[in-house]
Amino acid sequence: MSGVGRSGAGRRAAGFRPTVAEALAGLVLVLLLVAAIWPGLLAPGDPLAVSRTEAFQPPSLAHVFGTDESGRDIWTRVVHGAAESLRIGALATAIGIGLATVLGLLAGLGPRWLDFGTTRLVEVLFAFPGLLLALLFIVVTGPGVLSSTIAVGLATAPGYARIIRSQVRRTASAEFVEAARVLGRGRVWIVTRHVLPNVTAALFVLATLGLGQAVIWVSSLSYLGLGAVPPAAEWGAMLAAGRTYIASFWWMTFFPGLAIVAAAAAATVLGRGIQKRNRSAS
Amino acid sequence: MPGTRRWLLLRAGGVLFVLWASATITFFALRLVPGDPAEAILGGPGSQAGPEALEQVRREYGLDRPLAVQYLTYLGRLVSGDLGQSYSLHKPVATAIGEQLGATLTLAVCALALAWVLACALAAWSVRGGRVAWAIGSGLELVAAAVPHFWLATVLILLFSTTLGILPPVSVPGPLGVVLPALTLAVPLAGFLGQVMRESLLTAMESPFVTTARARGESEVRIFWRHTLRHAAIPAVGLSGWAFGSLISGAVVVEAVFARQGLGRSLLSAVQLRDVTLVTGIVLVVALAYTVMTLVTDVADRLVDPRTRAVAR
Repeated sequence: MSGVGRSGAGRRAAGFRPTVAEALAGLVLVLLLVAAIWPGLLAPGDPLAVSRTEAFQPPSLAHVFGTDESGRDIWTRVVHGAAESLRIGALATAIGIGLATVLGLLAGLGPRWLDFGTTRLVEVLFAFPGLLLALLFIVVTGPGVLSSTIAVGLATAPGYARIIRSQVRRTASAEFVEAARVLGRGRVWIVTRHVLPNVTAALFVLATLGLGQAVIWVSSLSYLGLGAVPPAAEWGAMLAAGRTYIASFWWMTFFPGLAIVAAAAAATVLGRGIQKRNRSAS
Repeated sequence: MPGTRRWLLLRAGGVLFVLWASATITFFALRLVPGDPAEAILGGPGSQAGPEALEQVRREYGLDRPLAVQYLTYLGRLVSGDLGQSYSLHKPVATAIGEQLGATLTLAVCALALAWVLACALAAWSVRGGRVAWAIGSGLELVAAAVPHFWLATVLILLFSTTLGILPPVSVPGPLGVVLPALTLAVPLAGFLGQVMRESLLTAMESPFVTTARARGESEVRIFWRHTLRHAAIPAVGLSGWAFGSLISGAVVVEAVFARQGLGRSLLSAVQLRDVTLVTGIVLVVALAYTVMTLVTDVADRLVDPRTRAVAR
Protein backbone atom coordinates (compact mmCIF):
# COMPACT_ATOMS: atom_id res chain seq x y z
CA MET A 1 0.00 0.00 0.00
CA SER A 2 2.98 2.30 -0.18
CA GLY A 3 2.68 4.87 -2.90
CA VAL A 4 6.37 5.62 -2.58
CA GLY A 5 7.47 2.16 -3.70
CA ARG A 6 5.20 2.30 -6.72
CA SER A 7 6.41 5.64 -7.92
CA GLY A 8 9.93 4.33 -7.42
CA ALA A 9 9.05 1.65 -9.96
CA GLY A 10 7.78 4.40 -12.24
CA ARG A 11 11.13 6.11 -12.04
CA ARG A 12 12.98 2.92 -12.85
CA ALA A 13 10.82 2.51 -15.94
CA ALA A 14 12.33 5.75 -17.17
CA GLY A 15 15.63 3.91 -17.62
CA PHE A 16 16.62 2.54 -21.00
CA ARG A 17 15.24 -0.97 -20.57
CA PRO A 18 11.85 -1.19 -22.32
CA THR A 19 8.78 -1.99 -20.22
CA VAL A 20 6.42 -4.84 -21.15
CA ALA A 21 4.00 -2.38 -22.76
CA GLU A 22 6.80 -0.79 -24.78
CA ALA A 23 8.06 -4.16 -25.96
CA LEU A 24 4.52 -5.09 -27.07
CA ALA A 25 4.10 -1.74 -28.79
CA GLY A 26 7.40 -2.25 -30.59
CA LEU A 27 6.25 -5.67 -31.77
CA VAL A 28 2.99 -4.18 -33.07
CA LEU A 29 4.95 -1.47 -34.86
CA VAL A 30 7.26 -4.01 -36.51
CA LEU A 31 4.25 -6.08 -37.63
CA LEU A 32 2.55 -2.96 -39.01
CA LEU A 33 5.68 -1.96 -40.89
CA VAL A 34 6.06 -5.45 -42.36
CA ALA A 35 2.37 -5.36 -43.34
CA ALA A 36 2.83 -1.96 -44.93
CA ILE A 37 6.02 -2.77 -46.85
CA TRP A 38 5.76 -6.50 -47.65
CA PRO A 39 2.09 -7.40 -47.10
CA GLY A 40 2.65 -10.67 -49.00
CA LEU A 41 4.77 -12.01 -46.13
CA LEU A 42 1.84 -11.94 -43.70
CA ALA A 43 -1.02 -12.48 -46.13
CA PRO A 44 -0.12 -14.01 -49.49
CA GLY A 45 -3.65 -13.73 -50.90
CA ASP A 46 -5.19 -11.00 -53.05
CA PRO A 47 -7.08 -8.40 -50.94
CA LEU A 48 -9.51 -7.75 -53.79
CA ALA A 49 -10.12 -11.40 -54.83
CA VAL A 50 -13.87 -11.96 -54.84
CA SER A 51 -15.37 -15.39 -54.14
CA ARG A 52 -19.17 -15.48 -54.13
CA THR A 53 -19.34 -18.95 -52.56
CA GLU A 54 -17.31 -17.82 -49.54
CA ALA A 55 -19.24 -14.68 -48.60
CA PHE A 56 -19.89 -13.88 -44.89
CA GLN A 57 -17.75 -16.72 -43.51
CA PRO A 58 -17.20 -16.40 -39.73
CA PRO A 59 -13.61 -16.49 -38.43
CA SER A 60 -12.13 -19.98 -38.94
CA LEU A 61 -8.76 -21.60 -39.59
CA ALA A 62 -9.05 -20.89 -43.31
CA HIS A 63 -10.11 -17.28 -42.75
CA VAL A 64 -8.85 -16.14 -39.33
CA PHE A 65 -10.76 -12.84 -39.46
CA GLY A 66 -13.65 -14.22 -41.57
CA THR A 67 -14.76 -12.96 -44.99
CA ASP A 68 -16.84 -10.01 -46.17
CA GLU A 69 -19.95 -9.69 -48.36
CA SER A 70 -17.98 -10.54 -51.51
CA GLY A 71 -16.07 -13.43 -49.93
CA ARG A 72 -12.84 -11.41 -49.64
CA ASP A 73 -10.57 -12.53 -46.81
CA ILE A 74 -10.62 -9.89 -44.05
CA TRP A 75 -7.19 -10.77 -42.63
CA THR A 76 -5.67 -10.21 -46.07
CA ARG A 77 -7.54 -6.92 -46.44
CA VAL A 78 -6.49 -5.69 -42.98
CA VAL A 79 -2.84 -6.52 -43.73
CA HIS A 80 -2.95 -4.90 -47.17
CA GLY A 81 -4.82 -1.91 -45.74
CA ALA A 82 -1.95 -1.11 -43.37
CA ALA A 83 0.10 0.61 -46.08
CA GLU A 84 -2.73 2.94 -47.14
CA SER A 85 -3.90 3.72 -43.59
CA LEU A 86 -0.40 4.34 -42.24
CA ARG A 87 0.64 6.36 -45.28
CA ILE A 88 -2.37 8.64 -44.96
CA GLY A 89 -1.82 8.94 -41.20
CA ALA A 90 1.89 9.69 -41.62
CA LEU A 91 1.23 12.24 -44.35
CA ALA A 92 -1.39 14.01 -42.22
CA THR A 93 1.02 14.11 -39.27
CA ALA A 94 3.82 15.43 -41.48
CA ILE A 95 1.57 18.19 -42.85
CA GLY A 96 0.45 19.15 -39.35
CA ILE A 97 3.93 19.17 -37.86
CA GLY A 98 5.52 20.86 -40.88
CA LEU A 99 3.02 23.68 -40.75
CA ALA A 100 3.36 23.92 -36.97
CA THR A 101 7.16 24.04 -37.14
CA VAL A 102 7.08 27.01 -39.50
CA LEU A 103 4.55 28.79 -37.28
CA GLY A 104 6.42 27.85 -34.11
CA LEU A 105 9.79 29.05 -35.43
CA LEU A 106 8.29 32.32 -36.66
CA ALA A 107 6.62 32.92 -33.33
CA GLY A 108 9.51 31.77 -31.18
CA LEU A 109 12.35 33.53 -32.99
CA GLY A 110 10.82 36.38 -34.95
CA PRO A 111 10.34 39.93 -33.74
CA ARG A 112 7.59 40.65 -31.25
CA TRP A 113 4.94 41.67 -33.78
CA LEU A 114 5.44 38.41 -35.68
CA ASP A 115 5.12 36.41 -32.48
CA PHE A 116 1.98 38.37 -31.66
CA GLY A 117 0.46 37.77 -35.10
CA THR A 118 1.33 34.09 -35.27
CA THR A 119 0.11 33.44 -31.75
CA ARG A 120 -3.21 35.15 -32.53
CA LEU A 121 -3.55 33.08 -35.72
CA VAL A 122 -2.99 29.87 -33.77
CA GLU A 123 -5.50 31.06 -31.18
CA VAL A 124 -8.11 31.62 -33.89
CA LEU A 125 -7.51 28.17 -35.37
CA PHE A 126 -7.83 26.81 -31.84
CA ALA A 127 -11.37 28.17 -31.64
CA PHE A 128 -12.47 25.42 -34.04
CA PRO A 129 -12.47 22.03 -32.33
CA GLY A 130 -10.31 19.61 -34.38
CA LEU A 131 -12.79 17.66 -36.47
CA LEU A 132 -14.78 20.82 -37.24
CA LEU A 133 -11.78 22.52 -38.79
CA ALA A 134 -11.25 19.38 -40.88
CA LEU A 135 -14.92 19.36 -41.97
CA LEU A 136 -14.76 23.07 -42.86
CA PHE A 137 -11.78 22.29 -45.08
CA ILE A 138 -13.51 19.31 -46.69
CA VAL A 139 -16.62 21.31 -47.53
CA VAL A 140 -14.43 23.73 -49.46
CA THR A 141 -12.33 21.14 -51.30
CA GLY A 142 -14.84 18.31 -51.56
CA PRO A 143 -14.35 14.82 -50.08
CA GLY A 144 -11.50 12.48 -51.06
CA VAL A 145 -8.38 10.80 -49.71
CA LEU A 146 -6.07 13.75 -50.33
CA SER A 147 -8.38 16.43 -48.99
CA SER A 148 -9.22 14.43 -45.86
CA THR A 149 -5.48 13.92 -45.26
CA ILE A 150 -4.72 17.63 -45.60
CA ALA A 151 -7.78 18.42 -43.48
CA VAL A 152 -6.50 16.29 -40.60
CA GLY A 153 -3.02 17.80 -40.92
CA LEU A 154 -4.47 21.29 -40.82
CA ALA A 155 -6.72 20.48 -37.88
CA THR A 156 -3.84 19.15 -35.76
CA ALA A 157 -1.38 21.95 -36.61
CA PRO A 158 -2.50 24.54 -34.00
CA GLY A 159 -1.89 22.13 -31.12
CA TYR A 160 1.60 21.28 -32.36
CA ALA A 161 2.40 24.93 -33.05
CA ARG A 162 1.77 25.87 -29.43
CA ILE A 163 4.12 23.21 -28.11
CA ILE A 164 6.82 23.98 -30.68
CA ARG A 165 6.68 27.71 -29.97
CA SER A 166 7.26 27.19 -26.27
CA GLN A 167 10.11 24.74 -27.01
CA VAL A 168 11.73 27.23 -29.38
CA ARG A 169 11.33 30.00 -26.81
CA ARG A 170 12.94 27.90 -24.11
CA THR A 171 15.85 26.95 -26.35
CA ALA A 172 16.33 30.50 -27.61
CA SER A 173 16.81 31.76 -24.07
CA ALA A 174 19.24 28.98 -23.15
CA GLU A 175 22.82 29.85 -22.23
CA PHE A 176 24.47 28.17 -25.21
CA VAL A 177 22.32 30.20 -27.62
CA GLU A 178 23.25 33.32 -25.70
CA ALA A 179 26.88 32.28 -26.04
CA ALA A 180 26.52 31.76 -29.79
CA ARG A 181 24.98 35.22 -30.08
CA VAL A 182 27.85 36.75 -28.10
CA LEU A 183 30.28 34.98 -30.44
CA GLY A 184 28.62 36.85 -33.28
CA ARG A 185 26.89 33.91 -35.01
CA GLY A 186 24.13 34.90 -37.44
CA ARG A 187 20.42 34.15 -37.06
CA VAL A 188 20.44 31.35 -39.63
CA TRP A 189 23.40 29.65 -37.95
CA ILE A 190 21.71 29.81 -34.56
CA VAL A 191 18.43 28.43 -35.90
CA THR A 192 19.92 25.57 -37.91
CA ARG A 193 22.76 24.61 -35.56
CA HIS A 194 21.29 25.27 -32.14
CA VAL A 195 17.53 25.71 -32.07
CA LEU A 196 16.33 23.10 -34.57
CA PRO A 197 18.47 20.19 -33.26
CA ASN A 198 17.19 20.90 -29.77
CA VAL A 199 13.59 21.02 -30.91
CA THR A 200 13.93 17.87 -33.06
CA ALA A 201 13.65 15.52 -30.10
CA ALA A 202 10.36 17.12 -29.10
CA LEU A 203 9.17 17.03 -32.71
CA PHE A 204 9.93 13.32 -32.92
CA VAL A 205 7.86 12.62 -29.81
CA LEU A 206 5.01 14.76 -31.13
CA ALA A 207 5.11 12.95 -34.46
CA THR A 208 4.96 9.52 -32.84
CA LEU A 209 2.13 10.47 -30.51
CA GLY A 210 0.35 12.32 -33.32
CA LEU A 211 0.56 9.42 -35.77
CA GLY A 212 -1.80 7.33 -33.65
CA GLN A 213 -4.33 10.14 -33.44
CA ALA A 214 -3.98 10.92 -37.14
CA VAL A 215 -4.75 7.29 -38.07
CA ILE A 216 -7.91 7.48 -35.93
CA TRP A 217 -9.01 10.80 -37.43
CA VAL A 218 -8.37 9.86 -41.03
CA SER A 219 -10.15 6.54 -40.63
CA SER A 220 -13.05 8.33 -38.92
CA LEU A 221 -13.38 10.56 -41.98
CA SER A 222 -13.29 7.51 -44.28
CA TYR A 223 -15.91 5.89 -42.07
CA LEU A 224 -18.13 8.94 -42.53
CA GLY A 225 -17.68 8.62 -46.27
CA LEU A 226 -15.47 11.71 -46.67
CA GLY A 227 -12.09 10.02 -47.24
CA ALA A 228 -11.03 6.73 -48.85
CA VAL A 229 -13.92 4.89 -50.52
CA PRO A 230 -14.55 1.11 -50.68
CA PRO A 231 -13.43 -1.27 -52.17
CA ALA A 232 -10.07 0.28 -51.21
CA ALA A 233 -8.59 -1.80 -48.38
CA GLU A 234 -8.25 1.18 -46.05
CA TRP A 235 -9.27 0.42 -42.46
CA GLY A 236 -11.85 3.18 -42.05
CA ALA A 237 -13.42 2.41 -45.41
CA MET A 238 -13.56 -1.31 -44.50
CA LEU A 239 -15.40 -0.44 -41.29
CA ALA A 240 -17.82 1.75 -43.21
CA ALA A 241 -18.52 -1.10 -45.63
CA GLY A 242 -19.18 -3.50 -42.76
CA ARG A 243 -21.53 -1.06 -41.05
CA THR A 244 -24.59 -2.38 -42.87
CA TYR A 245 -23.92 -5.90 -41.60
CA ILE A 246 -23.12 -5.15 -37.94
CA ALA A 247 -25.98 -7.16 -36.48
CA SER A 248 -25.26 -10.42 -38.32
CA PHE A 249 -21.58 -10.35 -39.36
CA TRP A 250 -19.66 -8.64 -36.55
CA TRP A 251 -16.21 -9.67 -37.77
CA MET A 252 -16.43 -7.35 -40.78
CA THR A 253 -16.22 -4.29 -38.53
CA PHE A 254 -14.51 -5.72 -35.46
CA PHE A 255 -11.13 -6.67 -36.93
CA PRO A 256 -10.34 -3.59 -39.06
CA GLY A 257 -11.18 -1.50 -35.98
CA LEU A 258 -8.88 -3.63 -33.86
CA ALA A 259 -6.05 -2.80 -36.27
CA ILE A 260 -6.70 0.93 -35.78
CA VAL A 261 -6.74 0.55 -31.99
CA ALA A 262 -3.49 -1.44 -32.06
CA ALA A 263 -1.75 1.12 -34.28
CA ALA A 264 -2.94 4.09 -32.20
CA ALA A 265 -2.10 2.48 -28.85
CA ALA A 266 1.35 1.35 -30.04
CA ALA A 267 2.17 4.84 -31.28
CA THR A 268 1.09 6.36 -27.97
CA VAL A 269 3.13 3.92 -25.86
CA LEU A 270 6.25 4.42 -27.97
CA GLY A 271 5.87 8.21 -28.03
CA ARG A 272 5.50 8.30 -24.25
CA GLY A 273 8.52 6.03 -23.82
CA ILE A 274 10.74 8.29 -25.91
CA GLN A 275 9.39 11.35 -24.10
CA LYS A 276 10.24 9.86 -20.69
CA ARG A 277 13.78 8.98 -21.79
CA ASN A 278 14.30 12.44 -23.28
CA ARG A 279 13.23 14.00 -20.02
CA SER A 280 15.45 11.83 -17.86
CA ALA A 281 18.40 12.29 -20.20
CA SER A 282 18.23 16.07 -20.17
CA MET B 1 -7.79 43.98 -7.92
CA PRO B 2 -6.96 46.37 -10.77
CA GLY B 3 -4.60 43.76 -12.26
CA THR B 4 -7.40 41.26 -12.54
CA ARG B 5 -9.74 43.76 -14.18
CA ARG B 6 -7.11 44.67 -16.77
CA TRP B 7 -6.43 41.02 -17.42
CA LEU B 8 -10.14 40.29 -17.77
CA LEU B 9 -10.58 43.16 -20.25
CA LEU B 10 -7.63 41.92 -22.29
CA ARG B 11 -9.00 38.39 -22.32
CA ALA B 12 -12.49 39.55 -23.34
CA GLY B 13 -10.92 41.61 -26.12
CA GLY B 14 -9.03 38.51 -27.20
CA VAL B 15 -12.29 36.55 -27.39
CA LEU B 16 -13.91 39.24 -29.53
CA PHE B 17 -10.89 39.19 -31.83
CA VAL B 18 -11.03 35.41 -32.19
CA LEU B 19 -14.74 35.56 -33.01
CA TRP B 20 -14.23 38.27 -35.62
CA ALA B 21 -11.33 36.33 -37.16
CA SER B 22 -13.30 33.06 -37.29
CA ALA B 23 -16.21 34.85 -38.96
CA THR B 24 -13.77 36.28 -41.50
CA ILE B 25 -12.21 32.88 -42.16
CA THR B 26 -15.61 31.28 -42.71
CA PHE B 27 -16.68 34.14 -44.98
CA PHE B 28 -13.72 33.55 -47.25
CA ALA B 29 -14.17 29.78 -47.00
CA LEU B 30 -17.65 30.39 -48.42
CA ARG B 31 -16.14 32.29 -51.36
CA LEU B 32 -13.54 29.56 -51.96
CA VAL B 33 -16.13 26.89 -52.64
CA PRO B 34 -16.00 26.21 -56.36
CA GLY B 35 -19.10 26.93 -58.38
CA ASP B 36 -21.65 29.72 -58.44
CA PRO B 37 -22.79 30.70 -54.93
CA ALA B 38 -26.18 31.71 -56.32
CA GLU B 39 -26.59 28.22 -57.75
CA ALA B 40 -25.55 26.71 -54.41
CA ILE B 41 -28.25 28.74 -52.65
CA LEU B 42 -30.86 27.38 -55.06
CA GLY B 43 -29.88 23.77 -54.33
CA GLY B 44 -26.51 23.08 -55.92
CA PRO B 45 -25.60 22.15 -59.49
CA GLY B 46 -28.55 19.73 -59.68
CA SER B 47 -31.12 22.46 -59.24
CA GLN B 48 -31.14 23.44 -62.95
CA ALA B 49 -32.09 26.98 -62.02
CA GLY B 50 -32.85 29.32 -64.89
CA PRO B 51 -30.85 32.50 -65.51
CA GLU B 52 -33.66 34.73 -64.19
CA ALA B 53 -33.86 32.78 -60.93
CA LEU B 54 -30.07 32.99 -60.52
CA GLU B 55 -30.16 36.71 -61.21
CA GLN B 56 -32.89 37.20 -58.62
CA VAL B 57 -30.96 35.27 -55.98
CA ARG B 58 -27.83 37.29 -56.74
CA ARG B 59 -29.74 40.50 -56.18
CA GLU B 60 -31.49 39.18 -53.08
CA TYR B 61 -28.26 38.04 -51.41
CA GLY B 62 -26.23 40.99 -52.63
CA LEU B 63 -23.88 38.73 -54.60
CA ASP B 64 -23.70 41.31 -57.40
CA ARG B 65 -22.18 43.90 -55.09
CA PRO B 66 -18.44 44.38 -54.33
CA LEU B 67 -16.80 41.82 -52.03
CA ALA B 68 -16.08 44.41 -49.33
CA VAL B 69 -19.76 45.36 -49.17
CA GLN B 70 -20.75 41.69 -49.04
CA TYR B 71 -18.28 41.11 -46.22
CA LEU B 72 -19.58 44.00 -44.14
CA THR B 73 -23.19 42.95 -44.73
CA TYR B 74 -22.24 39.43 -43.64
CA LEU B 75 -20.65 40.68 -40.41
CA GLY B 76 -23.64 42.91 -39.75
CA ARG B 77 -26.01 39.98 -40.18
CA LEU B 78 -23.92 37.78 -37.87
CA VAL B 79 -24.02 40.41 -35.13
CA SER B 80 -27.81 40.46 -35.34
CA GLY B 81 -27.86 36.64 -35.13
CA ASP B 82 -28.73 36.00 -38.78
CA LEU B 83 -26.63 33.06 -39.98
CA GLY B 84 -28.22 32.86 -43.41
CA GLN B 85 -30.54 30.40 -45.09
CA SER B 86 -29.87 26.66 -45.39
CA TYR B 87 -30.78 25.43 -48.87
CA SER B 88 -30.91 21.76 -47.90
CA LEU B 89 -33.32 22.32 -45.00
CA HIS B 90 -35.20 25.30 -46.52
CA LYS B 91 -35.07 27.24 -43.28
CA PRO B 92 -32.84 29.76 -41.49
CA VAL B 93 -29.58 28.26 -40.20
CA ALA B 94 -30.16 29.78 -36.75
CA THR B 95 -33.51 27.99 -36.47
CA ALA B 96 -32.00 24.69 -37.59
CA ILE B 97 -29.21 25.00 -35.00
CA GLY B 98 -31.71 25.88 -32.27
CA GLU B 99 -33.66 22.70 -33.02
CA GLN B 100 -30.59 20.44 -32.81
CA LEU B 101 -28.65 22.08 -29.99
CA GLY B 102 -30.57 20.51 -27.10
CA ALA B 103 -29.99 16.91 -28.17
CA THR B 104 -26.24 17.41 -28.58
CA LEU B 105 -25.88 19.29 -25.29
CA THR B 106 -27.74 16.51 -23.43
CA LEU B 107 -25.42 13.96 -24.99
CA ALA B 108 -22.28 15.98 -24.23
CA VAL B 109 -23.20 16.65 -20.60
CA CYS B 110 -24.08 12.99 -19.96
CA ALA B 111 -20.82 11.90 -21.60
CA LEU B 112 -18.73 14.39 -19.62
CA ALA B 113 -20.26 13.31 -16.30
CA LEU B 114 -19.84 9.64 -17.18
CA ALA B 115 -16.21 10.20 -18.23
CA TRP B 116 -15.38 11.81 -14.88
CA VAL B 117 -17.07 8.99 -12.96
CA LEU B 118 -15.17 6.37 -14.98
CA ALA B 119 -11.81 8.14 -14.69
CA CYS B 120 -12.10 8.71 -10.92
CA ALA B 121 -13.34 5.19 -10.24
CA LEU B 122 -10.47 3.69 -12.21
CA ALA B 123 -7.95 5.93 -10.47
CA ALA B 124 -9.36 5.05 -7.04
CA TRP B 125 -9.27 1.35 -7.79
CA SER B 126 -5.80 1.27 -9.28
CA VAL B 127 -4.22 3.41 -6.56
CA ARG B 128 -5.37 1.04 -3.83
CA GLY B 129 -4.92 -2.24 -5.66
CA GLY B 130 -1.12 -2.47 -5.68
CA ARG B 131 1.27 -2.70 -8.60
CA VAL B 132 -0.80 -5.07 -10.75
CA ALA B 133 -3.90 -2.88 -10.49
CA TRP B 134 -1.79 0.17 -11.30
CA ALA B 135 -0.49 -1.49 -14.46
CA ILE B 136 -3.96 -2.70 -15.48
CA GLY B 137 -5.39 0.76 -14.81
CA SER B 138 -2.87 2.59 -16.95
CA GLY B 139 -3.22 -0.06 -19.67
CA LEU B 140 -6.99 0.37 -19.72
CA GLU B 141 -6.66 4.15 -19.94
CA LEU B 142 -4.22 3.81 -22.80
CA VAL B 143 -6.48 1.53 -24.83
CA ALA B 144 -9.53 3.68 -24.00
CA ALA B 145 -7.76 6.77 -25.30
CA ALA B 146 -6.72 4.94 -28.49
CA VAL B 147 -10.19 3.66 -29.39
CA PRO B 148 -11.90 5.43 -32.28
CA HIS B 149 -15.50 6.42 -31.51
CA PHE B 150 -17.00 4.66 -34.50
CA TRP B 151 -15.45 1.32 -33.61
CA LEU B 152 -16.32 1.55 -29.92
CA ALA B 153 -19.91 2.32 -30.92
CA THR B 154 -19.96 -0.79 -33.07
CA VAL B 155 -18.58 -2.99 -30.30
CA LEU B 156 -21.04 -1.58 -27.74
CA ILE B 157 -23.96 -2.16 -30.11
CA LEU B 158 -22.78 -5.74 -30.64
CA LEU B 159 -22.48 -6.32 -26.91
CA PHE B 160 -25.54 -4.55 -25.47
CA SER B 161 -28.00 -4.70 -28.36
CA THR B 162 -27.22 -7.71 -30.53
CA THR B 163 -25.94 -10.14 -27.88
CA LEU B 164 -27.56 -9.04 -24.62
CA GLY B 165 -30.53 -7.22 -26.15
CA ILE B 166 -30.88 -4.79 -23.24
CA LEU B 167 -30.27 -1.47 -25.02
CA PRO B 168 -31.52 -0.14 -28.36
CA PRO B 169 -28.94 -0.13 -31.22
CA VAL B 170 -30.22 3.16 -32.64
CA SER B 171 -31.03 6.13 -30.52
CA VAL B 172 -34.66 6.12 -29.41
CA PRO B 173 -36.24 9.06 -27.60
CA GLY B 174 -36.00 8.94 -23.82
CA PRO B 175 -33.22 8.24 -21.34
CA LEU B 176 -32.50 4.69 -22.60
CA GLY B 177 -31.49 5.97 -26.00
CA VAL B 178 -28.76 8.21 -24.65
CA VAL B 179 -26.90 5.45 -22.74
CA LEU B 180 -24.87 3.89 -25.56
CA PRO B 181 -24.02 7.15 -27.37
CA ALA B 182 -22.93 8.78 -24.09
CA LEU B 183 -20.88 5.72 -23.12
CA THR B 184 -19.18 5.77 -26.55
CA LEU B 185 -18.18 9.40 -26.09
CA ALA B 186 -17.22 8.95 -22.44
CA VAL B 187 -14.76 6.03 -22.69
CA PRO B 188 -12.03 7.70 -24.81
CA LEU B 189 -12.43 10.93 -22.84
CA ALA B 190 -12.12 9.02 -19.56
CA GLY B 191 -8.93 7.50 -20.93
CA PHE B 192 -7.43 10.94 -21.59
CA LEU B 193 -8.58 12.37 -18.25
CA GLY B 194 -7.26 9.30 -16.44
CA GLN B 195 -3.86 9.60 -18.09
CA VAL B 196 -3.57 13.25 -17.11
CA MET B 197 -4.69 12.50 -13.55
CA ARG B 198 -2.32 9.58 -13.18
CA GLU B 199 0.72 11.76 -13.80
CA SER B 200 -0.22 14.09 -10.97
CA LEU B 201 -1.49 11.29 -8.72
CA LEU B 202 2.11 10.13 -8.31
CA THR B 203 3.38 13.56 -7.25
CA ALA B 204 0.35 14.10 -5.02
CA MET B 205 0.91 10.81 -3.21
CA GLU B 206 4.41 11.89 -2.24
CA SER B 207 3.42 15.42 -1.26
CA PRO B 208 3.89 16.66 2.31
CA PHE B 209 0.15 17.23 2.70
CA VAL B 210 -0.53 13.53 2.21
CA THR B 211 2.14 12.59 4.73
CA THR B 212 0.65 15.10 7.15
CA ALA B 213 -2.82 13.69 6.66
CA ARG B 214 -1.48 10.18 7.21
CA ALA B 215 0.32 11.33 10.36
CA ARG B 216 -2.95 12.82 11.57
CA GLY B 217 -4.36 9.32 11.31
CA GLU B 218 -6.77 9.86 8.43
CA SER B 219 -7.84 6.69 6.65
CA GLU B 220 -6.32 5.87 3.26
CA VAL B 221 -9.75 6.10 1.59
CA ARG B 222 -10.31 9.55 3.01
CA ILE B 223 -6.81 10.67 2.06
CA PHE B 224 -7.40 9.57 -1.52
CA TRP B 225 -10.77 11.26 -2.01
CA ARG B 226 -10.06 14.39 0.02
CA HIS B 227 -6.44 15.13 -0.82
CA THR B 228 -4.79 13.07 -3.53
CA LEU B 229 -7.64 13.01 -6.04
CA ARG B 230 -8.45 16.69 -5.61
CA HIS B 231 -4.87 17.60 -6.27
CA ALA B 232 -4.65 15.27 -9.24
CA ALA B 233 -7.90 16.52 -10.75
CA ILE B 234 -6.75 20.15 -11.11
CA PRO B 235 -4.86 19.70 -14.39
CA ALA B 236 -7.68 17.53 -15.75
CA VAL B 237 -10.28 20.19 -14.88
CA GLY B 238 -8.11 22.68 -16.74
CA LEU B 239 -8.71 20.51 -19.80
CA SER B 240 -12.49 21.10 -19.69
CA GLY B 241 -12.38 23.44 -22.66
CA TRP B 242 -10.46 20.89 -24.66
CA ALA B 243 -12.82 18.13 -23.47
CA PHE B 244 -15.79 20.12 -24.76
CA GLY B 245 -14.13 20.42 -28.17
CA SER B 246 -13.37 16.73 -28.35
CA LEU B 247 -16.94 15.89 -27.31
CA ILE B 248 -18.32 18.02 -30.14
CA SER B 249 -15.93 16.39 -32.61
CA GLY B 250 -16.94 12.99 -31.28
CA ALA B 251 -20.63 13.87 -31.49
CA VAL B 252 -20.33 14.17 -35.27
CA VAL B 253 -19.31 10.51 -35.46
CA VAL B 254 -21.45 9.14 -32.64
CA GLU B 255 -24.67 10.81 -33.77
CA ALA B 256 -24.09 9.40 -37.24
CA VAL B 257 -23.50 5.85 -36.00
CA PHE B 258 -26.51 5.81 -33.67
CA ALA B 259 -28.73 7.76 -36.10
CA ARG B 260 -29.32 10.22 -33.28
CA GLN B 261 -30.46 13.72 -34.11
CA GLY B 262 -28.22 16.59 -33.10
CA LEU B 263 -25.79 19.25 -34.20
CA GLY B 264 -23.09 16.78 -35.20
CA ARG B 265 -25.35 14.83 -37.51
CA SER B 266 -26.68 18.03 -39.08
CA LEU B 267 -23.10 19.15 -39.64
CA LEU B 268 -22.16 15.87 -41.28
CA SER B 269 -25.12 15.86 -43.64
CA ALA B 270 -24.46 19.52 -44.43
CA VAL B 271 -20.87 18.62 -45.37
CA GLN B 272 -22.09 15.72 -47.51
CA LEU B 273 -24.64 17.94 -49.29
CA ARG B 274 -22.16 20.84 -49.39
CA ASP B 275 -24.68 23.12 -47.75
CA VAL B 276 -21.98 25.69 -47.03
CA THR B 277 -24.18 28.16 -45.15
CA LEU B 278 -25.28 25.48 -42.71
CA VAL B 279 -21.70 24.18 -42.23
CA THR B 280 -20.26 27.62 -41.53
CA GLY B 281 -23.20 28.48 -39.27
CA ILE B 282 -22.73 25.39 -37.11
CA VAL B 283 -18.95 25.79 -37.06
CA LEU B 284 -19.27 29.43 -35.99
CA VAL B 285 -21.73 28.66 -33.20
CA VAL B 286 -19.47 25.91 -31.87
CA ALA B 287 -16.43 28.20 -32.09
CA LEU B 288 -18.35 30.83 -30.11
CA ALA B 289 -19.32 28.33 -27.42
CA TYR B 290 -15.82 26.88 -27.31
CA THR B 291 -14.09 30.27 -26.99
CA VAL B 292 -16.46 31.52 -24.30
CA MET B 293 -16.04 28.25 -22.44
CA THR B 294 -12.24 28.55 -22.52
CA LEU B 295 -12.55 32.09 -21.16
CA VAL B 296 -14.81 30.91 -18.33
CA THR B 297 -12.36 28.13 -17.43
CA ASP B 298 -9.47 30.59 -17.39
CA VAL B 299 -11.36 33.04 -15.21
CA ALA B 300 -12.43 30.30 -12.81
CA ASP B 301 -8.86 29.01 -12.68
CA ARG B 302 -7.55 32.47 -11.84
CA LEU B 303 -10.12 33.07 -9.14
CA VAL B 304 -9.67 29.66 -7.53
CA ASP B 305 -5.92 29.25 -7.77
CA PRO B 306 -3.99 32.36 -6.69
CA ARG B 307 -0.75 30.90 -8.07
CA THR B 308 -1.84 31.55 -11.67
CA ARG B 309 -2.15 35.28 -11.00
CA ALA B 310 1.57 35.68 -10.68
CA VAL B 311 2.22 33.83 -13.94
CA ALA B 312 -0.48 35.22 -16.18
CA ARG B 313 0.15 38.46 -17.99
